[in-house]
Amino acid sequence: MTEALKRPPKKDPQKRTTSPTLPPFARSRKAIAFTAAAAEGRFALQVCDACEHVTYPAREVCPKCWSMDLEWRDIPDGGKLISETTLRTSVNTYFRERMPWRIGTIQLDAGPSVLAHIHGDVGEFERVRMIARTDKSGQGVMMALPEKETPNMADDRQLRTLTCNPKFRRALVTDGRTELGQRVVKALADAGASRIFVGIAEQWRPYAGSEALQGIPGVEVMPLDVTDTISVNELAAEMGDKADILINTAEYVRPGSAMQRHGVTLARDEMETNYFGLMRLIQAFGHGMKARGADGDNSACAWVNLLSVYALSNWPVYGTTSASQAAALSLSQSLRGDFAGSGVKVINVLFGPLEESWRQPLPPPKVTPQRLADTVIHALTEGIENVTLGPVAEDVVRRYKEDPFVLERELTQLQMGM
Amino acid sequence: MSEQNSNALQALAGALAAGSIETVDLTHTLDPDFPVIVLPPEFGQCARFRVEEVSRYDERGPAWYWRNFTCSEHTGTHFDAPIHWISGKDLPDASVDSIPADAFVRPVCVIDCSGESTADEDFLLTPEFIQAWEKDHGVIPEGSWVLMRTDWSKRSGADYLNMREDGAHTPGPTGDAVKLLVEERKIIGFGTETVGTDAGQATHLSPPYPAHYLLHGAGKYGLQCLANLDQLPATGAILVCPPLKIKNGSGSPLRVLALVERDSE
Repeated sequence: MTEALKRPPKKDPQKRTTSPTLPPFARSRKAIAFTAAAAEGRFALQVCDACEHVTYPAREVCPKCWSMDLEWRDIPDGGKLISETTLRTSVNTYFRERMPWRIGTIQLDAGPSVLAHIHGDVGEFERVRMIARTDKSGQGVMMALPEKETPNMADDRQLRTLTCNPKFRRALVTDGRTELGQRVVKALADAGASRIFVGIAEQWRPYAGSEALQGIPGVEVMPLDVTDTISVNELAAEMGDKADILINTAEYVRPGSAMQRHGVTLARDEMETNYFGLMRLIQAFGHGMKARGADGDNSACAWVNLLSVYALSNWPVYGTTSASQAAALSLSQSLRGDFAGSGVKVINVLFGPLEESWRQPLPPPKVTPQRLADTVIHALTEGIENVTLGPVAEDVVRRYKEDPFVLERELTQLQMGM
Repeated sequence: MSEQNSNALQALAGALAAGSIETVDLTHTLDPDFPVIVLPPEFGQCARFRVEEVSRYDERGPAWYWRNFTCSEHTGTHFDAPIHWISGKDLPDASVDSIPADAFVRPVCVIDCSGESTADEDFLLTPEFIQAWEKDHGVIPEGSWVLMRTDWSKRSGADYLNMREDGAHTPGPTGDAVKLLVEERKIIGFGTETVGTDAGQATHLSPPYPAHYLLHGAGKYGLQCLANLDQLPATGAILVCPPLKIKNGSGSPLRVLALVERDSE
């Protein structure tokens, strides 16, 4: 049984902060498709289009029929532990620092046997549920979990290296003025976050929900305006060393395409929040988080961006906002480059139209702030980096993967009633 | 004549040097977190004051520190030109760059409404109140600036805009008071300590925003977000308030100073 995680002790100021070390990161170009699926929390292997043989590890050619038509597909995640060992020594620094480490061979229901990390609650020869996740190197790995939930299962030492569990961690939510921000704060508290710093811009303007927000356990309201470099830098100076998780809930949304707009003032405001806001946060908090990727049980672990799915492909009804979201998505990819090797994940949640005032006239289905907040917590506890939320977003992402140019045509062609 | 002028300026210079004329700063610091006017969200908004470093003795410029700043023409302590309001849009010399410079150095009258504004945050300055003030201090001279002292500049945070679900609650003038000042006293401009020359609830007055509508319609100027009005005498001070010379500018943040004769004891 997994021992419950204890609240991490206060940091010993005389001890040097452990630098992040990494598990092996080299992958073939083919195998990166496994990482991409793992980043979405999908368990996918190559399946031969000709003979349906499931292949592992990644190959160019089907080992059974020599067909070159291998397709990455989601496969059943069931399997059985057939052999295991516990590493007690290693020449790899990352594993040396984390001994003992349990690995084993799993016979997958889908066919192949695979090498995987093993959760502490999996017994010899037991049935397992496989997950694919990105590890501290950012590469896809497999882990065998108990088939059924066990007590404190999420607290397993090895599993926690793949997840960004908020339990006992400290989080910064960048905008607590909105319902979305407040729901995210509450969800973090419910998930066991020990302290939640909540940025509030322009405290000279009242906002709904302020009292309830301050009543949430662990909440500390802080002045923060992502459009103001000084404010972002001042907050980072004050609590940047305690940002284990950063969730950027600040967004600026207005309807209208370039031709429906009069001037660039609103578009600048969009960029100030959605793009430059993110950039200010990265410059102020990025270095501290990157340096703390291996800082014990409450290491820095995740940077969460909440982005409209129209960041992928412009929807002219919200044309200039979509453009600013596209800029933010691109910047989040740059951040992934900055964070590579730090063990800190960049989690992007692409959501469909949100239930909030600037999207009020849009028809359902919409994503509620509560649903988005729950999804953020799910992504953190599961360690999933790329999340798509809501039927509209799922549809857009599916079409984007099929053919981004077809999607662009669909979103920009004449619409009935427009 | 020129000798007289020269004598007056020499006397001023002497008084400034001797400290018998004091320079009082009526300006708030341009601070990113200083409140600005908040309009309904579907309207364009007043830009906040922002700064970004260009260099600070670093690789971007090793020996020098300088920054870019951005703001609205109506951010912080600022000047309103007649062209700011629709009633003044067709007047000549109505933008900050074309206003004759003599408007920026004028005598100033300060009407103390601080007690009334403390008691009633929606206090409205009326013609009767102005006339009562004139009984004590004399009739407001033509061409003067008139400032409404409320001590509002001593408020901070949410108390400054005093925004509630039905809008802001701050003091200001009635339409009749502005008419008296503009049409009969022929002032050059009107200034306040609050975020606008109008009261917080002025959208419900008739005409709406009477200070903006009537002042600017008559080619008069506004000053708002003033500070330290409690350091000015009711009459006798000189106001110095040149806005930035922005082409076709509707207003400008500015440094507002007052020259005040210190009591000789």
